[in-house]
Amino acid sequence: MNENQPPQEHEMVAEALRRGPGAGPGASASAAGALGGDAQADVERAAAGAARRLADRAASEGLADVSYAPVDSPFGPLLAATTERGLVRLAFPEESIDTVLERLARHLSPRIVESSAPLDPLRRELEDYFHGTRRTFEVALDWSLIGPFGRRVLRVTSDIPYGGVLSYGEVAAEAGSPRGSRAAGNALGSNPIPIVIPCHRVLRTGGALGGYGGGLDRKRYLLELEGAIE
Amino acid sequence: MSEPLPPFQRFLDAHREIVWRFLLASVGPVEAEDCFQDTFVAALRAYPRLRAGSNLRSWVLTIAHNKALDSHRARARGAIPVAEPAAVDRRTEPSPGARDETLWEAVEELPDRQRSAVMLRYVADLPHRDIAAAIGCSEEAARRSLHEGLTKLRKAVPA
Repeated sequence: MNENQPPQEHEMVAEALRRGPGAGPGASASAAGALGGDAQADVERAAAGAARRLADRAASEGLADVSYAPVDSPFGPLLAATTERGLVRLAFPEESIDTVLERLARHLSPRIVESSAPLDPLRRELEDYFHGTRRTFEVALDWSLIGPFGRRVLRVTSDIPYGGVLSYGEVAAEAGSPRGSRAAGNALGSNPIPIVIPCHRVLRTGGALGGYGGGLDRKRYLLELEGAIE
Repeated sequence: MSEPLPPFQRFLDAHREIVWRFLLASVGPVEAEDCFQDTFVAALRAYPRLRAGSNLRSWVLTIAHNKALDSHRARARGAIPVAEPAAVDRRTEPSPGARDETLWEAVEELPDRQRSAVMLRYVADLPHRDIAAAIGCSEEAARRSLHEGLTKLRKAVPA
């Protein structure tokens, strides 16, 4: 029944549908159904805005299980992720965002959105901390990425006061570890919330820095900031 | 082993534009925002139960199609007074828009299934099989709806 219609007619209708309402024929400068630059940019901008509103709403209404956003630090932007319970992950800039998010999706929930507001309290505390005007963090923590042994080690670590240090062996002993300082070192090395859980305050016996997931320069920086080392 | 579900934000980023485009064409600029929010809220709620390896594009467009239907039904009942899809266009777009205006009026007039079939095919580029899944009919019926819808639109637009 459409033998009488030239094939372009179909194409013209299809092309107009692709452009969407609100974009006249003049909006399509390019050929074959492709969108002109301006119309394309308008659609992208509108879609991005709608997606941002969705993510913010999902975070504020508790529809999402994890919210993440970058937070500033002297080391560059850290990726911070929080659940309803509290801060669950803080990642240094060199960690791949996709890898961090994929692990959160696997271990916690795939309902993850980017939203800045839930990280505002952390943002303020970190700013004060790096200015030297805050000695303890008050944001709630979510320990669910940390195994039972890691929890014991990192809870001991959390109790080391600002400006103080412990040795790996001391942390292991306080955590009640029969496995000793090497196991404690491994637990500290996989701390998912560095800086806030201050694993930088654990040194080798005798004062050598030992290791640090974020690199020894950062460990030294934090210890100097806190006045624990010269 | 199939790929695990991507973090929802990645899914949202990957599909926000196709869903926006589909809704803009299906319900117009005034209602597109609400339908978009409803679509992705529903997707977010159902997301963890989704089988890994699902066709995410087809899945989210199925939800968007249902939200567009809800919107059309509400409008048909007169529950929400809303401008026609082309109405915004009409004021800002001078005479070259006349053809498009006629087209979008014709889109508005299409039966729900035909309108969705046309949009899923030409705006969202879904294959017939996925269109059938989205509107809940056989592939043959989807082809027929698509053809009938398109024929009506072609007749409506002055050559």
